[in-house]
Amino acid sequence: MLCAMRRVFVAVAIVAAVAVVMRAAMLEAKPTQVAQPTQPVTGARLRGPEAFAGIADPAERSRALFLEASRVLTHPRCINCHPAGDVPHQGMTLELHYPPVVRGPKDRGVVGVECAGCHQDRNLELARVPGAPSWHLAPIEMAWVGKSPRAICEQMQDPKRNGGKTLAQIVEHNAHDKLVAWGWEPGAGREPVPGTQEQFGRLVAAWVETGAKCPPEEARP
Amino acid sequence: MTIRLRVNGVDRTVDADPEMPLLWALRDILGLTGTKYGCGQALCGACSVHLDGQVVRACVTPVRRAAGGAVTTIEGLSPDGNHPLQRAWMELGVPQCGFCQAGQLMTAAALLKAKPRPTDDEIDQSLAANLCRCGTYPRIRAAVRKAAGLPEK
Repeated sequence: MLCAMRRVFVAVAIVAAVAVVMRAAMLEAKPTQVAQPTQPVTGARLRGPEAFAGIADPAERSRALFLEASRVLTHPRCINCHPAGDVPHQGMTLELHYPPVVRGPKDRGVVGVECAGCHQDRNLELARVPGAPSWHLAPIEMAWVGKSPRAICEQMQDPKRNGGKTLAQIVEHNAHDKLVAWGWEPGAGREPVPGTQEQFGRLVAAWVETGAKCPPEEARP
Repeated sequence: MTIRLRVNGVDRTVDADPEMPLLWALRDILGLTGTKYGCGQALCGACSVHLDGQVVRACVTPVRRAAGGAVTTIEGLSPDGNHPLQRAWMELGVPQCGFCQAGQLMTAAALLKAKPRPTDDEIDQSLAANLCRCGTYPRIRAAVRKAAGLPEK
């Protein structure tokens, strides 16, 4: 009888000890989770300007806003057609455009292989050819491939490298241009740029309103 | 939907879904089978035709885009097969299997219209997206040069 009671006691003691150890482990793990103030931003998410309202200094807020907007600007859906050379890119790894095409004198290809010879005003579901109105390359002075967010920030507000646009026109372009809009609806299973164009437009507008400051060279979203 | 378009200088009407590829309308409705179906994805150039003077891949061009426009196919490149490119093609024996040649000719014709004396680089760039699985590229380039009145090399 005594022997049986001892076995029960030992078993209860072991279970209790395991529970204490597990509890301690959970308590240890908890501070690590709490230490992360924000969730990592996934590929599909984009923070709107309201997420940056806590940054009191407008210049710092402006830099943070642009860095968030750069998650769109540096996405392959955008930079594939902002090449640093004469050939557009495609795919998520920036492979060179196939079929082989070149920029041409007006950023719309060369005779015989013009962008609009294949790309229509909308995506083609079956042929998988992407399309949007006025499909064309960004001029070479607007090259984004290989550029840091800061470099793109400086380019975007330089009339010599932004198509002669004012900052208000830059906001309008980013918020409503139909070719820009394609990035969010690229079709054929392609990964869209993060967020929505409306969110992106508000980010760019807030960036301009806060002084259009550029993040440091080393900053990445 | 009824779509009116001018094909090889003749006013035509097709009754088709506006999203139907122009190639289908040309081949299956209008019976112009000189233009070939290759890849169906604008990757090979076999279906190249002119729409208002610009080379388009008919396999991915919705017929609605051609509404009110002028389409030229290989059948309309010349009335009697006597376009300088067609003559050069025959004189140099360019085609092998011939499947891609209508597209090659239409692209080359657009090139020569825009650049009557193209450089080799310009020929290569303009024809780069017209594939020839027989590999007749050197003869294609030579024929384009010949049609342009340049030495064949």
